[in-house]
Amino acid sequence: MSETVIPYMVKPHPVTGLPNGKFGIWLFLSSEVMLFGALFSSYVLIRIGMPHWPPEGGLSSEVLSVPWGTFNTAVLITSSITMVLAWASCKMGSLPRFKRWMGATVFLALVFLVVKYFEYSDKFHHDHFPSHDNFFAVYFLLTGLHGLHIVGGIIVNTFLLTWGSRMWKTDPEHFTNRVENAGLYWHFVDLVWIFLFPSLYLL
Amino acid sequence: MSLKAFHVFFVIVSTLCALGFGAWAIGDYLRTGNIGVLALGVLGFAAAAALVWYGLWFLRKLKNVSYL
Repeated sequence: MSETVIPYMVKPHPVTGLPNGKFGIWLFLSSEVMLFGALFSSYVLIRIGMPHWPPEGGLSSEVLSVPWGTFNTAVLITSSITMVLAWASCKMGSLPRFKRWMGATVFLALVFLVVKYFEYSDKFHHDHFPSHDNFFAVYFLLTGLHGLHIVGGIIVNTFLLTWGSRMWKTDPEHFTNRVENAGLYWHFVDLVWIFLFPSLYLL
Repeated sequence: MSLKAFHVFFVIVSTLCALGFGAWAIGDYLRTGNIGVLALGVLGFAAAAALVWYGLWFLRKLKNVSYL
């Protein structure tokens, strides 16, 4: 039985000028921009239609924990830096360094989720569920969807860190491209948080 | 666009976010007098400076890698 090989996984496709994997990830990220863009637009429309935000009174920064949100923002920015250093390590031909930086990326992503767990627990403890009001509905929807994307990133990055890294021995250039694609996704997820944090916690 | 180009864009947006957070924290400190928020704001400005330094270091380190 002949093996099916997807073409242009390492060299750029003559039409797009990009390897197929990178072209695919950008198409996927375009759809993600539309998803989060639609939800952000809904949030803006809901918010400008309300006489006060949050509806119960006070300020967003008094309802949500700004120190924990700030901490999580720093964690995600750092994880993007470790992610790009993992990719740069592949470019420079060092698998051990890649594993160190990618391990740090996965660890930071888990730290983010643990902090989010405590933030959610605190809200639930005070009977602040998504059904409480529009503020918490928007908060849980946007941060929950973002959290699911973090989980997706952890799965992909853990795969690249473990079984996926076997490809390094047979096709290091292809593996480096895979790490780059995972890095593009991870940067997008972190960028979404950089917009979510000020719009939900501060403004 | 390569991860290098996206990372540069990400660092610029993060720096703006850190500066904006610092400005927000100073405003909140003037409103509430909360020293903790002021400390967070100072950390925000320090983070912005660190990100600028890191961005320049990153560009020097990966100057041979394509932006595409």
